[in-house]
Amino acid sequence: MLNYLVTRLWQSVVTLILASIVVFLGVRQLPGDPALAMAGEEATPERVEAIREQLGLNESLITQYLKFVGNMLRGDFGQSTRTGAQVTDLVAATLPVTLWLSAYAIVVAVVVGVLLGIIAERFRGRWPEWMANALALIGLSVPNFWLGILAILYLAVAFGLFPASGYVPITQDPIQGFYHLTLPAIILGTSLAAVIMRQTRASMIETMKTDFVRTARAKGLSRQRVLVRYGLRNSLIVVVTIIGLQLGGLISGAVVTERIFALPGFGKLTLDAVFTRDYPVIQAVVLLITVGYILINLAVDILYSVINPRIRVGGKS
Amino acid sequence: MTVVEVRNPGLGSARGRVWRSLLKSPLGLTGGIMLAIVVVLGLLAPLIAPYGPAEVHFDAPFQQPGTVGYILGTDDLGRDIFSRMLFGIRVSLQVGIMSVVLAVVVGTPLGLLAGYWRGLDGVISRLTDVTLAFPFLIIAVGLSAISGPSLTNAAIALGIAQIPTMIRVVRGETLRIKETDFVLGAKTMDASGVRIIFSHILPNAVSAIIVQATVIMPVAVIGEALLSFLGLGIQPPTPSLGIMLSDAQQYISRAPTAAIFPGLAIVLICLGFNLFGDALRDALDPTNSSRK
Repeated sequence: MLNYLVTRLWQSVVTLILASIVVFLGVRQLPGDPALAMAGEEATPERVEAIREQLGLNESLITQYLKFVGNMLRGDFGQSTRTGAQVTDLVAATLPVTLWLSAYAIVVAVVVGVLLGIIAERFRGRWPEWMANALALIGLSVPNFWLGILAILYLAVAFGLFPASGYVPITQDPIQGFYHLTLPAIILGTSLAAVIMRQTRASMIETMKTDFVRTARAKGLSRQRVLVRYGLRNSLIVVVTIIGLQLGGLISGAVVTERIFALPGFGKLTLDAVFTRDYPVIQAVVLLITVGYILINLAVDILYSVINPRIRVGGKS
Repeated sequence: MTVVEVRNPGLGSARGRVWRSLLKSPLGLTGGIMLAIVVVLGLLAPLIAPYGPAEVHFDAPFQQPGTVGYILGTDDLGRDIFSRMLFGIRVSLQVGIMSVVLAVVVGTPLGLLAGYWRGLDGVISRLTDVTLAFPFLIIAVGLSAISGPSLTNAAIALGIAQIPTMIRVVRGETLRIKETDFVLGAKTMDASGVRIIFSHILPNAVSAIIVQATVIMPVAVIGEALLSFLGLGIQPPTPSLGIMLSDAQQYISRAPTAAIFPGLAIVLICLGFNLFGDALRDALDPTNSSRK
């Protein structure tokens, strides 16, 4: 177990370093001279040179990289070139929106996905399974942003069941907050639910074939109890794995969902920064998402090894 | 180099068996038909479309579907939705194919190397980890920031994001095939590693690569639509299903059909690939053969 953790941690550190180098070099590739941008069109060459010196752009690439990492580690992401606000403040203001949305979507996807998976297993070869399979296939094939537009059109505008846009901080007003996030969370969770359903069904079918399930049944446990006690426990492993694998899709999905429902989240910050060429913000956003992604994957792997003892012994996935 | 096709006189060629199995699966057949329709529409878009994709008719905005001359209606600028959709499908397929090609061309050799030579495995695995650390949207954001949003950048971002899974699939196949008797036999006959990879492992890994390509394709099609929807992909006036959806969202209550049809086109492409891909996987999987 310890061996596995150390290897996994070490791999994550290497990945983090390599990813930060990619971001650092990527930022250098951005068009436009940052010193020129800061000095303005009319500046004298001496003034530009002074700013270059001040920004450390004349130092060696390695020194610049180390400074870059140092600043990031201290949480200093610089200022937005568009508004002049501290990037850290912008992130602090928008990140909670996205985290609440994603967490809510994951909960919705797990509940719906596992439930449909169980139904599909319980009624194999009958219409409920067929329905669950069809729903999963649709969930995989329908782009969630289209689903979002349709949901706004029919559920929000036509029937007024949910608000079409807007955000209320959950910490301020939990009921209104969750109510405003419900439709976006369902939309964001759809494809995740579809993948979870398919895998839960497959894992349930496998589990129900195993010897220990047969033993449990022979001892007189009802099928329902076996399903809940053994099938569900095994599907937990599946769910954890899938959330790790689907994280990238979830991040992209959150950006587009925020756009459709006009939520003031991290995705909006990212898109605004790209369209206004706000490089410090782009750099911070890319780096934070990447680091977050690597860390969550690490957490998923550790969690996975806790739930599934076989991984620990093998040491390699 | 001659290619010897393994034939079983009683059962026909292996390829024939795959086709028969595909045709027998109703879902696979449905998917295949959907794909055929989509590909024909995309390829023949310039011939079928009654108007140019960016042709504006200011005298006929917001026409209902079924209006004479505008079978699926028009958008806010009076552009024919049917024509734009056909060209949008064409662009979707183009981006999809570009990213599949990128993933296959880069992923296959790396997967073969990682699977065959243990020494390279560690290096390539770290590289895949780094690539996996960047969700495709972030790659697209980076590329757009560097050289502006475009069709090529969208395809590159989507392709790069799929390279790691392609490497893993090919690596897994290589590891499996490496241990088979015919490869061990070739080794004892002193065949070089390159020869073994190209004449023994690659031909046997092709079916897994094709199946993976059918998995990538719908992901890339949705990805392109998503990027274009956000303004990070294809730029107007080039039509894209994503741009159509993003435009339609502005006047959604007035002309809901402008949002419904492009979305249906995306669903048709993706459902086609998903159904066909599932059936193809079953048909190519020897353990799943329906033969008695």
